[in-house]
Amino acid sequence: MQLTNRAKKLEKKPMTLAERAYLPAIFQGLSITMRHFFMKKATIRYPEETRPFSPVFRGLHVLKRDEQGRERCTACGLCAVACPAEAITMVAGERKKGEEGLYREEKYAISYEVNMLRCIFCGLCEEACPKAAVYLQPDKMAPPRFERDEFVYGKDRLVEPVSPDQRSVRGIQLTPEQADALRNKLATQPA
Amino acid sequence: MIELPALGWQSIVIFVVFAVSLLIATYCTYAERVIAAFLQDRVGPDRAGPYGLAQPLADAVKMFTKEEFFPGGANKALFVFGPCLAMITALMSSAVIPFGNNLVFGNNAFFLQGIEVNIGMLWIFGVVSLGVYGVMIGGWASNNKFSLLGAVRAASQNISYELAMGMALIAVLMMSGTLSLREITLQQSVAGEWHFWNIAKQPLGFIIFLVCAFAETNRTPFDLPECETELVGGYHTEYSSMKLGLYLFSEYVNIFVVSAVMSVLYFGGFNFPFQYELRDWFVNSQGWELTSAQNLITILGTLGLFAKIFAFIFFFMWIRWTLPRFRYDQLMRLGWTILIPLAVVNILITGGLILFGVIQ
Repeated sequence: MQLTNRAKKLEKKPMTLAERAYLPAIFQGLSITMRHFFMKKATIRYPEETRPFSPVFRGLHVLKRDEQGRERCTACGLCAVACPAEAITMVAGERKKGEEGLYREEKYAISYEVNMLRCIFCGLCEEACPKAAVYLQPDKMAPPRFERDEFVYGKDRLVEPVSPDQRSVRGIQLTPEQADALRNKLATQPA
Repeated sequence: MIELPALGWQSIVIFVVFAVSLLIATYCTYAERVIAAFLQDRVGPDRAGPYGLAQPLADAVKMFTKEEFFPGGANKALFVFGPCLAMITALMSSAVIPFGNNLVFGNNAFFLQGIEVNIGMLWIFGVVSLGVYGVMIGGWASNNKFSLLGAVRAASQNISYELAMGMALIAVLMMSGTLSLREITLQQSVAGEWHFWNIAKQPLGFIIFLVCAFAETNRTPFDLPECETELVGGYHTEYSSMKLGLYLFSEYVNIFVVSAVMSVLYFGGFNFPFQYELRDWFVNSQGWELTSAQNLITILGTLGLFAKIFAFIFFFMWIRWTLPRFRYDQLMRLGWTILIPLAVVNILITGGLILFGVIQ
């Protein structure tokens, strides 16, 4: 039964002497591999050399600050709603007196966590954000880790740092002891 | 009381020959990986040392620190002896290869050759055929059906290709009338005449020898002794750590030896074109002494021989990363129904040409 007209009829001709002698084919193959010997290498020496990122590359998240160093995020939750993988969770809090230099508006995110194991880097959070606070960096990939809980990125690793000593520890309300323990843990692992 | 042999110049040469063989075989493992990478548009080893040059060292450290493993019910003594025998036979055959003409210092002349014997070719054949025992013992002592099958395959392959190889060689030996590798080399250069290498007289014999050399060293496309699909690995399935390393390493020593033998038998060994003209030019135009000019030619010849050997080693690797493996029945058919008859025809042709005085 013929279904299409694309079928190609193959003829099995008897092999010529050159084909049966096998050696010409070997030399042909050798010339092909020798050509590849001088070709440009497809691989790069990765840690030393890196390829330029694509202009549409979406990498690790960052929570931006405004020009005065205040966090832009108001914990509206639109990014978490837009997230198809449900990777973003946050806890909103009210800005207290004296914290005007830290947070841009009255509401801010006490904690803001992105689970990098769930995140598919689609960029919908970035599009959903009305305050231009969350961005996917165009030049930084989420680094590999050994433990699962290290893939949950808190504010300490997401918020654009002003200077190292002004970074908060995951932005969660902790007891002073817990904060110290967490600080020590974070200090021992690479940022 | 046993009299120890005197430690003369010649023993230093023997030491150097072995050291060079081992060093080249070591760097063959590196060269293999680099050449494979280049033929496949990759970069290759570049982590250990500059351009990955310390890679053989890293491999050795890895091999030595891996777990020693003996399969249950295996004969331990034979299990260790197998790879040792493979290595010993591979190294022993490098002893008779002439790496250069003799160097003359005052009244002392010494050969750049491990041992100068006039049965060189016979020695190589005898020792190389012992290498089969290394494989057989390894496969047998592993107490593993697949290893034994692999060993039997390897042995039958090696033996059938050794026949064709020997017959291809007979034609060369008929022309030269000697078994000494040094004699054969020297016959390939005649003062005054331009140059003639045996490849010009024995093209068919060379091709047969080349194919058999691939099969003898268990290189692709004849690497049937090791096969992941049918035999899990081959005769060395049960081997680990440095014992496996010895098997793999002896393969590279074999490649080096076979390349050297091919260079000596068919490509003029340490001779190179216009060597006598060059020597006479140094003597007549530059006013050198004859011995020092000859010594210079000898050193250049040794370098030339190594260039030929490296070219052959490169060819071995080039073939490996080009051609796929043969099927076993194809391999046997090629050996018994094509190469051996061709070798016989080659002997007949050579005999006829010698009889009618066309070549000598």
